[in-house]
Amino acid sequence: MAEAHLSPRIIPDRLQSRGSRALKSWESLLLVVAIAIFAINSFASPYFLDPWNLSDATFNFTEKALIAFAMALVIISGEIDLSVASIIALSSTAMGLAVTMGADMPMLVVVGLGTGLLCGAINGLLITGLGLPSIVVTIGTMSLFRGLSFIILGDQAYTGYPASFAYFGQGYVWWVFSFEFALFVFFAIVYSVLLHKTNFGRAVYAIGNNQTAALFSGVRVGRVKFILFLLTGLMAGIASICLTSRLGSTRPSIALGVELEVVTMVVLGGVSILGGSGTIPGVVLAAFIMGMVTFGFGLLNVPGIVMSIFIGVLLISVIALPILWSRARRRRAH
Amino acid sequence: MAKLLKNREILLVVAIAILLAAITLRFPGFIAPANLARVYNDTSILIILALGQMAVILTRCIDLSMAANLALCGMVAAMLNAAFPGIPIPLVILVVVALGALLGSINGLLVWKLEIPPIVVTLGTLTIFRGSIFLLSKGAWINAHQMSDAFKALPRTSLIGFPVLSWLSVLAIAAVYILMTRTAVGRAFFAVGGNPHAAVYTGIDVGRTRFFAYCLSGGLAGLAGYLWVSRYAVAYVDIAAGFELDIIAACVIGGISIAGGIGSVGGAVLGGLFLGVIKNALPVINISPFAQLAISGTVIIIAVAVNARTEKRKGRVILKKAEAV
Repeated sequence: MAEAHLSPRIIPDRLQSRGSRALKSWESLLLVVAIAIFAINSFASPYFLDPWNLSDATFNFTEKALIAFAMALVIISGEIDLSVASIIALSSTAMGLAVTMGADMPMLVVVGLGTGLLCGAINGLLITGLGLPSIVVTIGTMSLFRGLSFIILGDQAYTGYPASFAYFGQGYVWWVFSFEFALFVFFAIVYSVLLHKTNFGRAVYAIGNNQTAALFSGVRVGRVKFILFLLTGLMAGIASICLTSRLGSTRPSIALGVELEVVTMVVLGGVSILGGSGTIPGVVLAAFIMGMVTFGFGLLNVPGIVMSIFIGVLLISVIALPILWSRARRRRAH
Repeated sequence: MAKLLKNREILLVVAIAILLAAITLRFPGFIAPANLARVYNDTSILIILALGQMAVILTRCIDLSMAANLALCGMVAAMLNAAFPGIPIPLVILVVVALGALLGSINGLLVWKLEIPPIVVTLGTLTIFRGSIFLLSKGAWINAHQMSDAFKALPRTSLIGFPVLSWLSVLAIAAVYILMTRTAVGRAFFAVGGNPHAAVYTGIDVGRTRFFAYCLSGGLAGLAGYLWVSRYAVAYVDIAAGFELDIIAACVIGGISIAGGIGSVGGAVLGGLFLGVIKNALPVINISPFAQLAISGTVIIIAVAVNARTEKRKGRVILKKAEAV
C-alpha cells in the first residue's frame, strides 16, 4: 500500500549540527509532551503522583509496548502485522488448553511462547515465502487465529491457572517495579541495540527505504522479514503470557483491538508508516505517553470507548501534523 | 477452455456450484429455490458493502471503517426513527446515505489532501466512528419496540416475490456496474489503481478519484446501516463489529487485487455470495457458528494466494518485437 510521494524532495545546502538536529527531533518533542502530560495529570488528580498508582499505570502500556518494539521493526521494514491481538488470543487459549491437560507452570510458558512463534512463522512464511502483501495476509490470519480460539473455546472461558503463573502479570521485581515493567525495560534495551547497533538493524532500514536496492546490496530481504514476523509473534506470545497471568482467565475475545493501539504507539513514536525511518527510544516515549494519558483519563472516570476515540484522533493527527507542518514550512521557503 | 478457467467470475460460479452440491448431499432442502432466495437476501447487505469496498480497493486504498460507518449510520437512523416516528422512511434512508457519504468523505479528504496512508486513516476513523456511537447513544440500545412498524417492515416487504432488501442490493449492483463501466469516474478508479503516475499524465486527479471512491463506500455503508438496523430491529454500539473483515474477504475472494486496478462488479458480488453460502450452510451441516471466523480467515488467505498467482502470470515482455528486429 505504501507508495512514493509525488512531491519533490528538498535537499538542504548545509546539514544541521548534531545538537540542533537532536533538539528538533520527533523524540525530543515526545519528551516535552510526556513531561507536559505528567504535569497536567498531577494537577488534575491528587492520586496520580502516588508511586503505587504510577506503578499500576505502567500496566496500561507494558504489554502493548512489548509488541510495539517488534512492530516498529516490521513497520520500518515497510510491512505491517495486524494479527498481533489475535496471536495473543490464540496463545492464551493454547495456555488455557494446556492447563486443562495438566501442564505445569514452565510448560505453560513454553506453550505460550511456542504458539506465538508458530503464528509469527505462519505470517512470515505466507508473506516472504509466497510473496503476498502483509496487510491482507495479516487481516486473514487475524480472523484465522482468533477464529481458532473461538472454535476451541466457544462461549466458555479458561480459568484455574496455577498460582505460580500469576507472577508474570502480578509480580513485583523490587518495590513498585513490576515484572512486566522489568520486561519492558529489558526489551527496550534489546530492541534498541538490535535496531540501532547491529547489521540486522541496518538491513531493516535498508529494506524499508528501498527493498530492491537492499536486495542488490546483498541483504537477504526474505530472511530478514521472516525473522521480523517471527519476533513479532514471539513478543505477542510474551504479551499473552503477561496478560493472561494478569487477568487469570482466557476468553476468545481477549485483547480485542489491541493491534490498533500497538500500531498507534509505533506511529506516535515517530516511525514512518511508509517504512524506512523511526527509532526505539521514540516508541518507548510513545508508550509512556499513551499509558499515562489512558491512566489519567481513567482517574477522571472517562469510559474506555471514549479513550478509544482519543487514540483514533491521536493516530491520525500524529501523522497529519508533521505533514501539515512541513507543508507550511515549504510554503514559507518559496 | 484455459481462458475460461482463468476467468475469476466463472471460477467462482463453479466454486459456488460445487459448494452447493456438497451441501445438498448432506441437506437436500438447501438448494430449493425459496432457500436460495433466502440465502441471497441474507447476503444482500454484504454485497452492497463489498461494492463500495471494491471501488476503494481498485484505487489502491482500503476502507477498514465501513462496518463502523454502518453502525454509526444505523444508530442515527434508529434514533431518528425513535425520536420522530413521523418522518417518512425514504427520507430517513436519504439522511443516512448522506451521512455515510459524509463520513466516507472524511476518510477521502485525509487520504486526498494530507496523503496519509489509507490503512492508518481508516483504522483511526474506525475507532472514532465506533466511539461516536457511544457518545451519541450513551451506550443505550434502541430496541424493536422503539422503532416504528414502517421502519422495520421496509426491508422485508415483498415486491414481485422478493423482499425489498434483495431488490435494493440488485439496484446497488446495477448502479455500481453502470458507474464502473459507463462513466469517466468508474474508469478513473481502474486507471488510478493500475498506475497512479500514468493516471496523472492522462489528466486524472488521483487524490480526487480516491476521494470519490471513499464517498461511494461511505454512502453504501450508510444505506447498509439502515438495512442492518431495520432487519435485525436493534441498534447498539457493537453492531457489525468485525464485519469489515468479511467485506474485505468478499472482495479478495472476488478477485479484486489488493494492489489496485484489477477487479469487477461481478467478482465482488460472487465473492460476497461465496461467503454468504458458507455462512448459511454452517448451521445446516452442523458446524458450530464459532467456526465462521476461522473459515473467513482461511478463505482470505487462500484467495489472496490465488490472486497473487494469477496476477503474476499476467506479466509479459511487451517489447518482444523490437528485440527481434
